[in-house]
Amino acid sequence: MRLLAGIGAVTLGLLAAIGRVAMFLGATLTHLVRPPFYPREFALALLNIGWLSLPVVGLTAIFTGGALALQIYAGGARFNAEAVVPQIVAIGMVRELGPVLVGLMIAARVTSSIAAEIATMKVTEQIDALVTLSTHPMKYLTVPRVLAATLAVPLLVGVGDVIGIFGGYAVATGTLGFNAAAYIQNTVDFLELRDVVSSLVKGAVFGCLAALMGCYFGMNSGRGAQGVGRATKGSVEAAAVLILAANFVLTGVFFSV
Amino acid sequence: MITLSDVHKSFGDNHVLRGVDLHVERGTSMVIIGGSGTGKSICIKTVLGLVTPERGTITVDGQDVTQTRDRDAFLARFGMLFQAAALFDSLPVWQNVAFRLMRGSLKRPKDEAREIAIEKLRRVGLTADVADRLPAELSGGMQKRVGLARAIAAEPEIIFFDEPTTGLDPIMAGVINDLIREIVTEMGATTMTITHDMTSVRTIADNVAMLHGGKIRWTGPVADIDAAHDPYLDQFINGRAEGPIETVR
Repeated sequence: MRLLAGIGAVTLGLLAAIGRVAMFLGATLTHLVRPPFYPREFALALLNIGWLSLPVVGLTAIFTGGALALQIYAGGARFNAEAVVPQIVAIGMVRELGPVLVGLMIAARVTSSIAAEIATMKVTEQIDALVTLSTHPMKYLTVPRVLAATLAVPLLVGVGDVIGIFGGYAVATGTLGFNAAAYIQNTVDFLELRDVVSSLVKGAVFGCLAALMGCYFGMNSGRGAQGVGRATKGSVEAAAVLILAANFVLTGVFFSV
Repeated sequence: MITLSDVHKSFGDNHVLRGVDLHVERGTSMVIIGGSGTGKSICIKTVLGLVTPERGTITVDGQDVTQTRDRDAFLARFGMLFQAAALFDSLPVWQNVAFRLMRGSLKRPKDEAREIAIEKLRRVGLTADVADRLPAELSGGMQKRVGLARAIAAEPEIIFFDEPTTGLDPIMAGVINDLIREIVTEMGATTMTITHDMTSVRTIADNVAMLHGGKIRWTGPVADIDAAHDPYLDQFINGRAEGPIETVR
């Protein structure tokens, strides 16, 4: 009986949390289309989320692409299929690894920073100060960050895909003896428009989720340093899990047929 | 001008406000005193709508604050100095001071907003060279002054001061008290101040209200506090450990 009560409590808690996040997303969308708008905050968020994430995204992608080429070559050699390295690297990076790894890096870098910043603003009464200065915190803090992440992360994913493929190309042509021109030709021939579109759509969804979780946990932070710490940890956990779950759903939507 | 009637507010099992009744006349300075955790800050936050009471009414000029249609215009009548100044870390000092003047219904051109910010900084005893510094580069006393400059930047009719001298040395506390008194007299604003500091009370207040047990225990002119025969007020203003207010040792 106690076990059932425990399961019930966890289920109700989960449903309540989903409801609160859905309401938060609804409020964000409502404020997105209603003035006033804060273009300076949007530009700063775009710079922080997009431009300043480029190094970490680039490094993640190039190493992953290189490792992927080595693994596919070694695995393919077991049944004389070493030649498929360009095709599998391309499809692996564009369909899955590019968006997921960029999404997770954004969760680590951006979600944590948004949650910590907003939670600190909350515990130091800066959010209350915004309200007393006639500025809605959702419009000033949440909308610019969520919008910037939704627009910037697909671009980062696109860059990550290209760099990841380049990583595979560098390894394949440098150490595995592939012909450079043939590698590029095979990659281009094999990729379809659907692969690229799915990659960019995933990037937009993951960016939105990452920023939304940072803002949600920041705005609902507890008191003190411990509250900020919990908000930051919770935001990254939630963003990472939601990104992986959304990836599963989106993969099903794009490629189940 | 500001009236709280039978205001109740709880946080879980903690019934912070249990029927607060308070009236603040236009152009006067009301200081709310009381022990830590008695709900003094919650009182002013209910007026601003930062905290929603469960029961009771709060009116400003006879209008219920929960029924205000134009929230921007309503909040534009207020200025507030927060306990820890609550300056925006990411903005330089002058943009903190001119925050309200750079957006919303009171928006001015950038140069004009900066000029006003520098003038307000001068008014609180800070020089123009702090204008471009970040709040983290300032001392606690300077941050408090910047917070004060921000509170008065748009020349509001009503100003709230939440523990304006907490954490400051006695000299800086005296400077802030004098500044508040001067500014309030000069601007003719209606103010509510929350403090534990009896020097602040005697410098800033026209009227005093003591909050205890979630209700206003005593209220009256500042000149009457020493002669009031209320054991709670007497214990508080004289800082005695013995008395009806329970202390945890």
